[in-house]
Amino acid sequence: LKSQRLNGISHRGRVLTLDSMNPNVKRVEYAVRGPIVQRAVQIEKELKEGVKKPFTEVIKANIGDAHAMGQKPITFFRQVLALCSYPALLEDSKFPEDAKKRAQRILEACGGHSIGAYSTSQGIECIRQDVARYIEKRDGGIPSNPDNIYLSTGASDAIVTILKLLVCGEGRDRTGVMISIPQYPLYSAALADLGAVQINYYLDEDNCWSLNITELRRALNAAREHCNPRVLCIINPGNPTGQVQSRQCIEDVIRFAKEEHLFLMADEVYQDNVYAEGCQFHSFKKVLFEMGPEYSNTVEMASFHSTSKCYMGECGFRGGYMEVINLDPEVKAQLIKLVSVRLCPPVPGQALLDLVVNPPQPDEPSYATFMKERTAVLSTLAEKARLTEQIFNTVPGITCNPVQGAMYTFPGITLPQKAIDKAKELGLVPDMFYCMRLLEEDGICLVPGSGFGQREGTYHFRMTILPPTDKLKVVLQKIREFHLRFTQEFS
Amino acid sequence: MFDPYSQCATRRGLPKEKMSENGIMSRAKVLTIDTMNPTVKKVEYAVRGPIVQRAVELERELSEGMKKPFAEVIKANIGDAHAMGQQPITFFRQVLALCSYPELLSDSTFPEDAKSRACRILQSCGGNSMGAYSASQGIDSVRQDVARYIERRDGGVACDPDNIYLTTGASDGIVTMLKLLVCGEGTTRTGVMIPIPQYPLYSAALAELGAVQIDYFLNEEKCWSLDITELQRAVNEARQYCNPRALCIINPGNPTGQVQSRQCIEDVIRFAAKERLFLMADEVYQDNVYAEGCQFHSFKKVLFEMGPEYAETVELASFHSTSKCYMGECGFRGGYMEIINMDDEVKDQLTKLLSVRLCPPVPGQALMDLVVNPPQPGEPSYGSFIKERTATLSALAEKAKLTEQVLNTVQGISCNPVQGAMYSFPRITIPEKAVKEATEKGQQPDMFYCMKMLEETGICLVPGSGFGQKDGTYHFRMTILPPTDKLKILLNKVKEFHQRFTQQYS
Repeated sequence: LKSQRLNGISHRGRVLTLDSMNPNVKRVEYAVRGPIVQRAVQIEKELKEGVKKPFTEVIKANIGDAHAMGQKPITFFRQVLALCSYPALLEDSKFPEDAKKRAQRILEACGGHSIGAYSTSQGIECIRQDVARYIEKRDGGIPSNPDNIYLSTGASDAIVTILKLLVCGEGRDRTGVMISIPQYPLYSAALADLGAVQINYYLDEDNCWSLNITELRRALNAAREHCNPRVLCIINPGNPTGQVQSRQCIEDVIRFAKEEHLFLMADEVYQDNVYAEGCQFHSFKKVLFEMGPEYSNTVEMASFHSTSKCYMGECGFRGGYMEVINLDPEVKAQLIKLVSVRLCPPVPGQALLDLVVNPPQPDEPSYATFMKERTAVLSTLAEKARLTEQIFNTVPGITCNPVQGAMYTFPGITLPQKAIDKAKELGLVPDMFYCMRLLEEDGICLVPGSGFGQREGTYHFRMTILPPTDKLKVVLQKIREFHLRFTQEFS
Repeated sequence: MFDPYSQCATRRGLPKEKMSENGIMSRAKVLTIDTMNPTVKKVEYAVRGPIVQRAVELERELSEGMKKPFAEVIKANIGDAHAMGQQPITFFRQVLALCSYPELLSDSTFPEDAKSRACRILQSCGGNSMGAYSASQGIDSVRQDVARYIERRDGGVACDPDNIYLTTGASDGIVTMLKLLVCGEGTTRTGVMIPIPQYPLYSAALAELGAVQIDYFLNEEKCWSLDITELQRAVNEARQYCNPRALCIINPGNPTGQVQSRQCIEDVIRFAAKERLFLMADEVYQDNVYAEGCQFHSFKKVLFEMGPEYAETVELASFHSTSKCYMGECGFRGGYMEIINMDDEVKDQLTKLLSVRLCPPVPGQALMDLVVNPPQPGEPSYGSFIKERTATLSALAEKAKLTEQVLNTVQGISCNPVQGAMYSFPRITIPEKAVKEATEKGQQPDMFYCMKMLEETGICLVPGSGFGQKDGTYHFRMTILPPTDKLKILLNKVKEFHQRFTQQYS
């Protein structure tokens, strides 16, 4: 134990240092809130302090946060949440009857009729029943058992929980988890934290980011040499790529998972965000069951949904659920035990989820306003998806696949060799160098493609389509101008 | 012919096919008890464990009309105040309603101070909406308010908002800190000292993280106080097989309810400094102090009052929550931790780790803001706020006294004063015959006792074995949360059960 004296006071090395901390945590990266965002926040602070910049505001197009970008919440949802928070409002004639009814139903299901009580660890029972009914309606009548529904603190929570259950083994037997490249970096972060093996399968950029079974097979076979592949993760609609998988593709993936004995994880948080003509959301659960008992009785699967995306955009509430299919009963018992340690997911988020799966019906007073708001949000997103693809594709050196769904565009960018060299000099990944420049010159914060994964030698960025249309047009213009400038500078 | 047991790379790792009874080939599942994460299997959490599962089953049976020797199940297993009828603080819920549905800002039924709090919170949210993600460390202005609260509470000892991290309940912050601390292999594996009895989040987290649990026993004979000699014994022994790096203390205590003296806290800090331990101070019950002569002293305050030799060196994380005290807002999952003297590089890692989960629930952050920034004298809501807060805390103090009193009239039950928190953790004498029967059944004796109580009276408690206790001693943990009238009935039933049980197994 060494001690040093500083100012006459004895100082010893700290107990907790970079060298004596959890090594897995050091391997974790999460680009969506990584270094570029930290710089963006710094710049915002500088602007506030009056420092002169070539722009007046920082536009945070790095994160799928709809409300932060001006999207409005659904009135009905917030009315019910207010009623649940302060039930004295049930006497207030300003609130529609259907909102009051929903609030009363939720409160009756809470301990002491308060959203301040813990719920059961699996989530409030009547909400899980409502979730099950929602799934059945969505999936054309295929039954959903409320016992298979687990409410969670956002979808991220449930995804990490399932990955945690799955990870075991040492060395060559260590659990391997197949994830798409590009991917939403929660997956790579969780795998690093858990010390699991990440198995990359590449989406096909030349074919609208579609998924090829041959590529899955290649990845799996290569992985079998050094780990024990047990899980296949798929994000549909895709993040960051926005592709909406065809029904055929989903069937092929399920068939592949069965043949290769993989646990399927279907991240479906963008299920209402489908924009392109000819595209449709097919839930993995539905397709699985339509493939008959040989599949639906055997393939183990978890599907994830959230209150953060779609038309609600209620990120801050941390609402979500997962549906588990064909989970071993002993494992289910372990799962319940594991989630019990954290007591329960946030009850306001559970209440919100209940409204999402049980929205106003045609005969109810709030229906018209609800539909109007929902439609406005989704059609605006569809418009912005098209606009984004269109404008980016007019820029030489930017290639943008159709934004079929979700909330992002992930265009390929051509970087001049000189820029790549300069980046290397600075110790930066080339698309990080590009994005940092864009941030400093135009105040636009995007996330470099390297944060999501991409084929070697290719570069991308992820931008959200969430800013209001007028602002988005300005942003797209600025990016175009920046790209031309950048290309010129490094030509 | 195709050999399904081939060991080539494409097939390695696939389970063998099984032939079932009707001649159909079937396979083991991908995810089974044998192929799942082994550390998860080691996790236990008694507060929601087997006895509670049985209680829920009984509730179902009752609702289906089955006849029982009781009309309702009383869940005195968990520190959930609202579930037991405690009312929320009006002001808090008004502000939360305003934040949820800002149209209400034009509603004259809401007091001005509630509206101004709500506006302040909404202005710090992205797009002025609680539905936006916040910064991963938590909303800036809320962290500033937390820092000011801490300064006021600690008689002016400075608090830097940069050291405040908002969390999803205190549990989230505790697990995150433990995760950062765990490293090493074999004899260098991180060891973490925890009190016995403890709140089983700690043992569960250590099991999951594969860290080494180092038990130090609280002194039941001295009101569950903490002895430095016992800490020393525990750490010395532990150094033989692990690398002790952290010391956890819960003050006021859970399940034991003791409120540590200032001297004790100083001694613990001194011990942590000497033994180079990261201190984790779980202070979620800081407003729940009932006994005469007892007072809450925050670890932070005592640390700083011990002068720079300690204040500038001892690494400390203190935890607080919106779930307990007088608020009881468990469902909101609000909390924070204050981190002292953490290495800057580790802080960066912490921020990075938190960013993966994006942010704690914003309603919980808003609620925390109100807890640390409640109505002030002169504000319209002050009168009602103080009235409600006082009523809740004094009712709890009353029930703490009542519980100790009644349980101590029972032969074979011995209850230390409930100095603080929300639980009693009395010691029970279990007859030898009962211990034997329990062992035969493969049950812990106090689980056997509690299960019987549940089946006979509908009262759900948690056996002491779920929290840890000295070998050969038995306890249960019961909350003091049911309304006073119901609590009296409960205590009587427990008394009658104990007498019956003792008789039955004499």
